Amino acid sequence: MFELLGITPQALVSQLLIGLINGSFYALLSLGLAVIFGLLNVINFTHGAQYMLGAMVAWLGLTQIGDWIGVPGFQLNYFVVLILAPLLVGLFSMLIEKTMLKRLYHLDHLYGLLLTFGLALVIEGMFRHWFGALGNSYPVPELLQGGLRAGELFLPYYRLWVVFLALIVCFATWYFIERTNLGSLLRAGTENPRLLQALGINVPLIVTLTYGAGCALAAFAGVMAAPIYQVTAVMGSNLIIVVFAVVVIGGMGSIAGAIVTGLGLGVVEGLTKVFYPQASSVSIFIIMIIVLLIKPAGLFGKAN
Amino acid sequence: MKKTLIATAVASCLMVATIPAHAQTVSDNEVRIGVLTDLSGIYSAIEGPGAVLAAQMAAKDFGGQVLGKKIVITSADTQSKADLSSSKAREMFEKDKVDMIVGNVSTASALAAMEVAEQFKRVSIVNGAASLQITNEKCTPYSIHYVYDTYALSRGTGKAVVDSGKKTWFFVTADYAFGHTLERDTTEVIVANGGKVLGGVKHPINTTDFSSFMAQAQASKAEVIGLANAGGDTIGSVKQAAELGIMGSKQTVVPLLMFTSDIQALGLKQTAGMTFTEGWYWDFNDANRKFADRFMKEFKGKAPTSVQAGVYSATMQYLKAVEATKTDNSDAVMKQLKSVEINDGLFKGKIRADGKFEHDMYLLEVKSPGESKGPNDVAKVAKVIAAKDATLPLSQSKCKLVTN
Repeated sequence: MFELLGITPQALVSQLLIGLINGSFYALLSLGLAVIFGLLNVINFTHGAQYMLGAMVAWLGLTQIGDWIGVPGFQLNYFVVLILAPLLVGLFSMLIEKTMLKRLYHLDHLYGLLLTFGLALVIEGMFRHWFGALGNSYPVPELLQGGLRAGELFLPYYRLWVVFLALIVCFATWYFIERTNLGSLLRAGTENPRLLQALGINVPLIVTLTYGAGCALAAFAGVMAAPIYQVTAVMGSNLIIVVFAVVVIGGMGSIAGAIVTGLGLGVVEGLTKVFYPQASSVSIFIIMIIVLLIKPAGLFGKAN
Repeated sequence: MKKTLIATAVASCLMVATIPAHAQTVSDNEVRIGVLTDLSGIYSAIEGPGAVLAAQMAAKDFGGQVLGKKIVITSADTQSKADLSSSKAREMFEKDKVDMIVGNVSTASALAAMEVAEQFKRVSIVNGAASLQITNEKCTPYSIHYVYDTYALSRGTGKAVVDSGKKTWFFVTADYAFGHTLERDTTEVIVANGGKVLGGVKHPINTTDFSSFMAQAQASKAEVIGLANAGGDTIGSVKQAAELGIMGSKQTVVPLLMFTSDIQALGLKQTAGMTFTEGWYWDFNDANRKFADRFMKEFKGKAPTSVQAGVYSATMQYLKAVEATKTDNSDAVMKQLKSVEINDGLFKGKIRADGKFEHDMYLLEVKSPGESKGPNDVAKVAKVIAAKDATLPLSQSKCKLVTN
């Protein structure tokens, strides 16, 4: 059978794994978007820029910060920024929510979309101006260099680490929102914020924290992506459209949907890259069209 | 009788209209040069603000004026987009009264600007764009291709790699005209020199993840993985080839279009030992180093790319031609540019009838981190490729200026 397809079983397995790795990025990014949309009803187009900010913080922390604070040689290593970057980007995003996004909640979705899209352009433009269009290279942390080799198959340890970490974070987020008390408060807030407020819950604070957390997830994905992709100002804008397609296929606002479709579509895209590579950038959108025709609310979405 | 009168009247009117153009040596009392380049987009590191600086340096070195008229340098941002390039070129010619445009990175943008320049009968010198079309099918009487083209890249790198004993190739190609042409031309060179292409994969432009394609290239067992792509796609390919352990294995990754700025962005650790073809390199000889030193002082310590050096040299040659012909009339200047031997220390050669500047090319080898003495010290010249080997023979050209 494999001979018919013109590919060895080993090669197919390695391609499936590569697809799964890309899928875990899609899952992590679409998860953040789904959380923000599901709980805030905001279509967050700044997500790609926040992903880029995460990667930028990682790069700045490794190469620039020493000079900035006047202690050459001082570095923030990968594992430190893996925690620090999401925190910083989360705080920055909460500032955006408090000062700008908050004013648009009573308006149509479209206004939030326009604001976040504009912000993304501004942030990316500034970083391109400061750090150039070609971007910079971020090395794979020493601890995770090298890889497993089994015949033709070569799997870098770093990629395995990415899948492992992404799955843990995805599961933890899902568990937190769907299975804990605090998560149920969040969900109640989207159903009926007034009633929740009447029960003495500070709803605006919850909303701000949720937005911050969703964006922190993007930054977390950004730090994980830094050693794999080139760290450039536009790294997020290349990815964001695909991630939106993932969210639409999974069902807007569905957290489990975002995770499962993210992983699944990574694999589908990976296989397209083997059998008909020219179509690899459109395969996800073809699936999106088919899904929307058959099930307009998405695979895991609830029809209103 | 009446008809003859009208004809004479029309003819004399025409003469009156044309006389000033010949009598007046320099239009608008200034020689205006427009740097039409990508100031903020994907190719801004290759040409961009550095090209504007290079043109300004040339104007200053020329003494700030030519034939007693002031030299004015203006610039506009195309963001490497063809529509913007076309409208900005028009604006430069109509509103700013620019006599010559220089820069023109990315083939689609360059072709768009060349078309407008031909309409206005003004000179356009292409530096950053790669395609052979510029002086082949799409050549115009007013355009010059200055630094390099895809023909030189495929001949230069392709032949050198096959000659070094690496005969089997696998291509990772960008799925649009530029990538296809580069792959086709390089394949010709490989086959002609006894090599073989085992396979290839075509990827969409602006792909994020190349690991899948690199794994396919790895599985092909080809000795050489040829990258027929550009910019961010090349950077992504190299980065993920390194990640999959291809660097340092029996396989070699060979980027067919790469600039020293791409190497700096990737870092030497991942690129050491790679070979690529360039039209100019700052650390090749004293004249280049001297120019680079001056450039670096004004450009945050960054060495000029081949394309930026090309903009300096092209501006200089244009001004010399204006001085020699005592006019900024494009036809006269083009005739002059195509008739002289150019040797300004940076570039040496001759501009042919089809507008191609035929000069030596350089096969560069990326240094290892240990060999490099600083952020600009990224490569050494492994081989000088003679001009005639790096340029499409005029007899094979499809340019309308030479076929008729």
